Amino acid sequence: MSRPLAVSAVRKRFGDVPVIGGVDIGVPAGEILALVGPSGCGKSTLLRLIAGLDTHYAGEISVDGSVICGPDPRVGLVFQEPRLFPWLTLAQNVAFGLHDPDGAEARRLVADALAVMGLASFAHALPKHVSGGMAQRAALARALVTEPQVLLLDEPFSSLDAFTRMKLQDHLLAAWQRYRPTLVLVTHDLDEAVYLADRVVLLSERPSRVQDVLRVAPARPRDRRDPSLLGLRVALLEALHLERGAVGAAS
Amino acid sequence: MSAGIFDPYQLPPPLLVAEAAVSLWRRGLLQSDIAITCLRVLEGFAIGSVFAVLLGTVTGFWRRAEEALEPTLQALRTVPTLAWAPLLLLWLGIDEAPKIALVAIGAFFPVYVNLVAGIKGVDRKLIEVARVYNLSDLQIARRVVLPASLPDLLTGLRLGATQAWLFVVVAEFFGSTQGLGFRLTDSQLTTRVDLMFVALVVLAILGKITDSILRVVERRLLSWRDTLGQMPS
Ligand SMILES: Nc1ncnc2c1ncn2[C@@H]1O[C@H](COP(=O)(O)OP(=O)(O)OP(=O)(O)O)[C@@H](O)[C@H]1O
Ligand SMILES: [Mg+2]
Repeated sequence: MSRPLAVSAVRKRFGDVPVIGGVDIGVPAGEILALVGPSGCGKSTLLRLIAGLDTHYAGEISVDGSVICGPDPRVGLVFQEPRLFPWLTLAQNVAFGLHDPDGAEARRLVADALAVMGLASFAHALPKHVSGGMAQRAALARALVTEPQVLLLDEPFSSLDAFTRMKLQDHLLAAWQRYRPTLVLVTHDLDEAVYLADRVVLLSERPSRVQDVLRVAPARPRDRRDPSLLGLRVALLEALHLERGAVGAAS
Repeated sequence: MSAGIFDPYQLPPPLLVAEAAVSLWRRGLLQSDIAITCLRVLEGFAIGSVFAVLLGTVTGFWRRAEEALEPTLQALRTVPTLAWAPLLLLWLGIDEAPKIALVAIGAFFPVYVNLVAGIKGVDRKLIEVARVYNLSDLQIARRVVLPASLPDLLTGLRLGATQAWLFVVVAEFFGSTQGLGFRLTDSQLTTRVDLMFVALVVLAILGKITDSILRVVERRLLSWRDTLGQMPS
């Protein structure tokens, strides 16, 4: 049953610029991990490494005990933008990553994923006819339908308005309940981090390392007004500021 | 109506043109002219576009193929199109082959250039989605790059069709005994301006019909596009 994600001693440089300076993260199966850190510290880069889109790095990344050395069906990725194919309907977009996108089995899985995302009645709509929030929900459905063990999310809700964002966070939790993937969520929104995550990993400035790990205790479903969540948010904010202050003092 | 600057031998009144068309039709010549010219356009356009799509896909996709082929194609493209005619006559003889080849050359370049530009313009972010699902280059070409560059391909096909009509007339100027282009030169030699106008009007109509057909195809195939051109009118 255990199918964890292990990131060990990962370092990554672009030319002469070291971006990731040695990161170790272990994520237990089914955990929701939030990754926060200053802009440019390599969060998106780390997700690309885990997704196997870039294999030029030092260290090791493995899922379920086997090393990731390229795009892998066990790892899914959702981007900041929906990136739907405009010529496909939502259902066809969701089926994109399945082996036989037109088969009966695919149809069943797609219908399931769309329903979980509350998009059942928009299966045949084209991307140009749906809102940004719905498009992003379709993108989530596309990532979930292949049932990856690890789902990576790179600021998936950051371009949405606050209200839609909260709605999508709950959609994400519902989908997580249904598919139980290990989630790694990169976010700049500290409220989002403490509302969704089991643990929040704080990365330092470039070249990044793990600076701090905070455990989010309250059981789900959580109340967004829970004082302990607000307390964690303050702690995170202070840690981030501390980081910035340290850089200011050094330079 | 045609009194004044031009005398009727230069600019015949519409009624005369219509009469000429009817008499040409009665003799079965108008039908055969239209048929033979349409056939040449169809064949040349088909051959030219198929080559353009094959070659455009290859050079748009594989940088190495582009580096190998692009300089040659660029050079060929700068040759004024009429300059091909004598060479083709020499190479291919005076029957159907050179005419169809000339039409094919005319159709080829707009299709090729637009398709390559379309492929190069495909959003890298969409290709990255396909890469996450570990699709092969061929699958990415078929499932992402070609649909994404379809708008440019269709633009190219429309321009290519226009070129095909242009080139067929040029092709029929040389060593032809049939077709609307032949009718133009023939009526010039026999100073039958009325027949000349018949050919011109028919060419205009056929060109327009071709473009309308391709526009309908375009609208159908590109209804997914979220652009001004796709707004319901
Ligand atoms: N392909 C690349 N080539 C060169 N440098 C790159 C490349 N991709 C990213 N970088 C650099 O690596 C650093 C980390 O980028 P990355 O996008 O991972 O940061 P991030 O933590 O996701 O930032 P943000 O929070 O703003 O999204 C940046 O300084 C960026 O300029
Ligand atoms: Mg980023």
